[in-house]
Amino acid sequence: MAYTESEILEGLAEIVSEETGLPTDSVQLDKSFTDDLDIDSLSMMTIVTLAEEKFSVRIPDDEVKNLATVGDAVSFINNAQA
Amino acid sequence: MSKQIDVVVTGLGATTPLGGDVPSTWAAALAGESGARTFDNDWAEKYEMPVNFAATIKVKPEEVLPRPEIKRMDPSAQYAIIAAREAWADAGAPELEPERLGVVVSSGIGGIWTTLDAWDTLREKGARRVLPMTVPMLMPNSPSAYVELELGARAGAHALVSACASGAEAIGYGLEMIRSGRADIVVCGGTEATIHPMPISAFAASRTLSLRNEDPQGASRPYDTGRDGFVIGEGAGIVVLESAEHAAARGARVYARLAGQGLSADGYHMTSPEPEGRGQIAAMRASLAEAGLAPSDVVHVNAHATSTVVGDLVEARSVRKTLGDAADGVALSATKSMTGHLLGGAGALESIFTILALHDRKAPPTINVSDPDPELVLDLVRDTPRELPEGQIAAINNSFGFGGHNVALTFTSV
Repeated sequence: MAYTESEILEGLAEIVSEETGLPTDSVQLDKSFTDDLDIDSLSMMTIVTLAEEKFSVRIPDDEVKNLATVGDAVSFINNAQA
Repeated sequence: MSKQIDVVVTGLGATTPLGGDVPSTWAAALAGESGARTFDNDWAEKYEMPVNFAATIKVKPEEVLPRPEIKRMDPSAQYAIIAAREAWADAGAPELEPERLGVVVSSGIGGIWTTLDAWDTLREKGARRVLPMTVPMLMPNSPSAYVELELGARAGAHALVSACASGAEAIGYGLEMIRSGRADIVVCGGTEATIHPMPISAFAASRTLSLRNEDPQGASRPYDTGRDGFVIGEGAGIVVLESAEHAAARGARVYARLAGQGLSADGYHMTSPEPEGRGQIAAMRASLAEAGLAPSDVVHVNAHATSTVVGDLVEARSVRKTLGDAADGVALSATKSMTGHLLGGAGALESIFTILALHDRKAPPTINVSDPDPELVLDLVRDTPRELPEGQIAAINNSFGFGGHNVALTFTSV
């Protein structure tokens, strides 16, 4: 069963919050992973690994650099769902 | 030869089976409490383990550290960072150039929880599910690196590994860093987090663990005729070493002086101590020589004494041979009777006990000795603490490790 965009945002916010300690409600669609959420490359790869498992999708390594904002990630995951 | 730099202890930190910090741990040790507990899980049944208890950490890191730190650090690093923060604050969070601050934090085994969890993940879910932080978490220098990053230390960050002597060797290397002029302050010690079914089963396979499952708190009984092996423990101890000059200049509180270290290797057997104790004696003599002390200056020894049948007596005889007749006046404490054996954390925690014994003039007790081994040739402090004399006094902390590593640290009162 596919996740809705709001379910994806909610799930992603939980993963980001666990990784960074930021409150889940600070993880908004327009937030930049690097500039707003201060996530480094190692943390970003952790988030990608956990998101792949949670949403049963594949996020190829060369796609990760295109995921600048939380919204980019939500859209990618949404489209990648079978 | 130029005059040796005087090195003092200005900060202490720990998280142990007896308490979440140094004051609670020391109070429990003086009260003769045991940190051993039956597992609160199904490991023993599930894996048919011969041992169903250990000296587990008293205050879980989850109660102290924020969630992201828990996820980013192996438990061995979690314990180290908790202890390092306490030690640094206890030292008054000194301000100094980062180039003059060093770190030496050791683990005997390394990030074994992380290693085994990642292997489970790989087998169950495949390579893509293995987390990117796995290597920085499992590497044995990880606790040292986290403390280095926390403090911004730039004089060097090291992680010497010598099994159960690791924590003491780390403190000895801290002494060297200051005496060689590389640093003014070194945050050093040891940590271990191996209360996991695999290493416990492996230690049990080597027949070194106590099997007193029906009486966990009575299981660690160094020098008692009923001893049957050690009790595995976990936790960390960290000390702040500082050149006496630097400490005096900032008006720091000083607990004790680290006057000397002695190192040797048995060159004999992987797990058994050399029966005549030649290596142990060499380490203690070298430590006293570096400290410029005579055997008669020593009033207290914190023994390695893990509660194994052979090891305890070899060490007692080594202490007797090192100190000669002066051994008669020495208060011997075997604090693993209370804490269990913290492996790579042991030498650091027991250094803290030795430092506090000098500072408070109280040798901690050895519990569970209801029938002392008749071959014990030393005066064991049993059940309750013993007052140590006034004036300038010295104490030795012994640590020995699989591989035949021997470390003796000599502390003096200030």
